[in-house]
Amino acid sequence: MSQEPAFSVRDLHVSYGGQPALKDVGMDIEPCKIIAVIGPSGCGKSTLLRCFNRMNDLIPGAKITGEVLYNGQDIYAKDVDPVTIRRSVGMVFQRPNPFPKSIRDNVAYGARINGYKGNMDELVERSLRGAALWDEVKDNLNKSALSLSGGQQQRLCIARAIAVEPDTILMDEPASALDPVATSKIEDLMQELKEKYTIIIVTHNMQQAARVSDKAAFLYTEVNETGKARWGILVEYDDTDRIFTNPRDKRTEDYISGRFG
Amino acid sequence: MSAFFGDSGSDCRTNEGVSPLKVRTTQKRRIIADVAARVGMWGATLMVMIPIFLIFYYIAKKGLPTMDWEFLTQSQPFSMRARGGGFVHGLIGTLIMVGLAALISVPLGVLGAIYLVEYGKGRPLAQVVRFFSDVMTGVPSVFVGLFVYTALVIPYGFGAVMGAAALAIIMLPIVVRSSEEMLKLVPRELKEASYALGAGKWQTITRVVLPTAAPGITTGVMLAVARAAGETAPLILTALGSLEIVTKMVGEPIASLPVLVFTGARNPFPAGQERAWAGALELLLLVLVFTLLARIASSRNKLQQ
Repeated sequence: MSQEPAFSVRDLHVSYGGQPALKDVGMDIEPCKIIAVIGPSGCGKSTLLRCFNRMNDLIPGAKITGEVLYNGQDIYAKDVDPVTIRRSVGMVFQRPNPFPKSIRDNVAYGARINGYKGNMDELVERSLRGAALWDEVKDNLNKSALSLSGGQQQRLCIARAIAVEPDTILMDEPASALDPVATSKIEDLMQELKEKYTIIIVTHNMQQAARVSDKAAFLYTEVNETGKARWGILVEYDDTDRIFTNPRDKRTEDYISGRFG
Repeated sequence: MSAFFGDSGSDCRTNEGVSPLKVRTTQKRRIIADVAARVGMWGATLMVMIPIFLIFYYIAKKGLPTMDWEFLTQSQPFSMRARGGGFVHGLIGTLIMVGLAALISVPLGVLGAIYLVEYGKGRPLAQVVRFFSDVMTGVPSVFVGLFVYTALVIPYGFGAVMGAAALAIIMLPIVVRSSEEMLKLVPRELKEASYALGAGKWQTITRVVLPTAAPGITTGVMLAVARAAGETAPLILTALGSLEIVTKMVGEPIASLPVLVFTGARNPFPAGQERAWAGALELLLLVLVFTLLARIASSRNKLQQ
């Protein structure tokens, strides 16, 4: 059953401008699974997620130590270009952020900048079908992406991410700005996507984490003695069933059962 | 419960104890304040509009009688006293010089703004550039004219290129600062989306940041063009003027609309003054047409919500 992990995180520490944000995270992520990252606000969930495609590099003052092995290769090694990582580790953000371009151009964007040589129409269709959006937009591919509804925009962002043909998709609370109908569409879509992709999703929604994920990581905020510095730690990482029914750690149990956070 | 509330006699079901008068006075005060603010703002708007309309009105009234096909297509007669002729030489000169100046200042200014927003953030050089751009915006244009006069006119003589250089110096800080503001408005989320798809910095700038900011940048450029088209003092010092169409770029004085308006307006003969009025009208229309074209171009570009 045990597979080579897609990601292997060891001793990961992140700080922003000298302030620690995440301490001592270690976890293995198997391919073609959905991993949910849960925890209270400000515990470093997004920070952790952004370590997997080096998006934290874009934040001035961010410092990352430790190892993130991706298919056995350390993505923070000196000779690794973050751009190449991001081509195989896609990302979907909290708020839908399509480019102010046409639907087609949005999907084609990543392929174009990567010098895609194949049939663009075909790629656009395949990606939109993959994001369960094709039937709704196939007659309006030249319309502005901004004319779509929020839920459609988010699926467009997923289509845009899979058009680059990554093997992992990071999702940062992808449904938090959407209504329940759009949310359930995104969740159904995730189940289809995990056939081909490893998905790591940050969510505030416990039910969502329980519904969609195979494994769950619970992060929690630690505060130092003076109460001024706070950072996230990984409390527990296990099968979702286990986390939600029989967590090992008291803090996980308290959080899951809604006693705080 | 009644121990707390009973004595006061106030009850939300009966409205007892709540003074209806009190509610009404606060409401009244709010209405008065609202009306006062509204009147004040309309008044202020009117005060601003009146001089603008008067300018339009006078220029149109004085300029229209002289503004005819001959005026638009002929150069000035040799004598100020003579009627007829027109400012086509000035129109051509203005188009050449403003065009050249835009060709120099727009790419430089937009690239400078990109540096300020995307590369130089927080660096001392960016602070310095920003500071001096602000200073340059406030420098009287005659200083710019004197500078170009000393640097270029004395060694090479008057000419279109010298005029364009002066106008470019005037336009540059406007382009830099307005483009910077527009580039800053591009949401971080859009840039992140681009980076997350494996785009490099320059790809993100050219394919996402610039197209998103383009309509705003165009507006800023038009402001700069309008400003340059109306500049008079630096052109007197760098392009001087001419009575006929000049297409030579260096070493020959060239006419421009604002300078023709200036010389026409201060000469004692009615014919020359009438031409000056028509020239002012022509300049106004020119800037209006430029602005309209830019608006159309940028709104066609923009994808609406």
